[in-house]
Amino acid sequence: MPGQITLLVLGRLGVTLLTLLIVSFVVFGATLLLPGDVVEILLGQAATPEAVAGLREAMNLDSPAIVRYVQWLFGLIQGDFGMSYANNMPVADMIGGRLANTLRLAAVTTAIAVPLALFLGITTAMFRGSLYDRIVTTLIVSIISVPEFLIATLAVLVFAVWLRWLPALSLANDVNSFGQLLKVFAMPVITLSCVISAQMIRMTRAAVIEALKMPYVEMALLKGASRTRIVLHHALPNAIGPIANAVALSLSYLLGGVIIVETIFNYPGIAKLMVDAVSTRDLPLIQSCAMIFCFGFLLLITIADVIAILSNPRLRR
Amino acid sequence: MNQTPLLSPRFGLRMNAVGILSGLIVLFWILVAFVGPSFAPHAPGDIVDFDFFGPISSELWLGSDYLGRDIFSRILLGTRYTVGISFAAVCIACFSGVVLGMTAAVIGGWFDMVLSRVLDALNSIPSKLFGLVMVAAIGSSIPVLIVLLAVIYTPGSYRFARALAVNCNTLDFISVARARGEKTIYLISQEILPNITGPVLADFGLRFVFIVLLLSGLSFLGLGVQPPNADWGSLVKENIGGLAFAAPAVIAPCVAIASLTISVNLLIDNLPVKIRDRA
Repeated sequence: MPGQITLLVLGRLGVTLLTLLIVSFVVFGATLLLPGDVVEILLGQAATPEAVAGLREAMNLDSPAIVRYVQWLFGLIQGDFGMSYANNMPVADMIGGRLANTLRLAAVTTAIAVPLALFLGITTAMFRGSLYDRIVTTLIVSIISVPEFLIATLAVLVFAVWLRWLPALSLANDVNSFGQLLKVFAMPVITLSCVISAQMIRMTRAAVIEALKMPYVEMALLKGASRTRIVLHHALPNAIGPIANAVALSLSYLLGGVIIVETIFNYPGIAKLMVDAVSTRDLPLIQSCAMIFCFGFLLLITIADVIAILSNPRLRR
Repeated sequence: MNQTPLLSPRFGLRMNAVGILSGLIVLFWILVAFVGPSFAPHAPGDIVDFDFFGPISSELWLGSDYLGRDIFSRILLGTRYTVGISFAAVCIACFSGVVLGMTAAVIGGWFDMVLSRVLDALNSIPSKLFGLVMVAAIGSSIPVLIVLLAVIYTPGSYRFARALAVNCNTLDFISVARARGEKTIYLISQEILPNITGPVLADFGLRFVFIVLLLSGLSFLGLGVQPPNADWGSLVKENIGGLAFAAPAVIAPCVAIASLTISVNLLIDNLPVKIRDRA
């Protein structure tokens, strides 16, 4: 008989699948909102009645929306993303390399932001109320309440204009050496790290402070343990669940950030591809990118929730 | 923060200096949204400087933009778009979210379950992405932007209001009202709403900040307010070329956005506890 945890986790995964289905429905529904006839827009000047009828036939537009939805969904599952309207290439080919670029950016950011955020979150909780704590918390509130492009702008102002350490706008085309790679990555990574670590620090700090309120911490204090020992040995192991949850949740903020950051720094990733596709109204490309993003987002949220379930000791039997 | 009461505690409300200062800044921007454009020294479309990205001068208070237009006047007019669109959107979002949330809490059962599941799914589409897909499909005129932003932020408001209303729903006076045979509309408007007003207002403010951020983000990507109109996000986008020489044209709208959003956040954080946590 499956345990309570297995049931809960399976239930959570079920909810994720259901959500993904509803999301795909919404994303597909967006095509139907497109005013005017897609075929006539595509053909432009060459829209003779025969050509329109032919292309409608070829694009399967005469079948009802629900049939096209099901075909589109099955195509997605099998890795067939359809053809781009704008330049007649398979969407999968356009996405491939771009996705790798974005994942590389995300990986570097995660590697820098997570340790930094954990360190700051735990130390601010340790020295709660001190000047250090107040400075960091104020900075975090400011970072959370301004748009991502503003942080990017500020980073350019500080590092490129005033300090002159880095080029103002990075172009990843001319990467030959490790030094250049660093320069290309520096600014996007700094911006993204600010965006996601702000949330992470806030949640980590809250989790550790919550753990420090427990009676066993008072006990440890009474028996004479040092502050470091209390935090590292007593409070932290109990806050691991909420902290891991916070990390996964904050990483999902990468998404909003990456859309802005790739645009402002001209980084050839999948988000830039999608923003460009929006200006050309290339819907198959937008839909595929949107589904990839939503999938990544839901994956991170689900991981966060599963960790929360697993780390709840009351559910362990 | 030292908790010096600056407001007279006549109604038992005290607010500290940070709260009052941020409240004044918010008030200032609201005022600018209403009457600002009539104080603009130049017409926002006029090219008044032969130089582009001109510096701050006595003639052009915040310098000139990439075409030589007066940035100060353009920011005054942009306030109307940023604050106006966001305010309209947050009103729609909170109204529909709170009404649906309270109704779901009072009726419960299937209605609650289906609505919660669907709105949770909508909530799990990242807001920027949702915005991008919808703008691609239906364009970005101002009414479309307002409805779009409202739709994106309704699920969050629903979730918040529902959680509050569910707590409230278990209290004795609701059972009494039910026993009296009151209708759902009476229950939500007379019994539940007055008891969740404070937190709902705080949530309204936070959601306003989220909407300002998303709207500026979309405009910055060139997908929000379209030229010749410009909100603060569009102003940053237009003048991003001036960033390399730290032109005031790109810094000033950034400061405007930051001052508004940080002030609203601080105002809510420093609201008297009596208003904020009444439920």
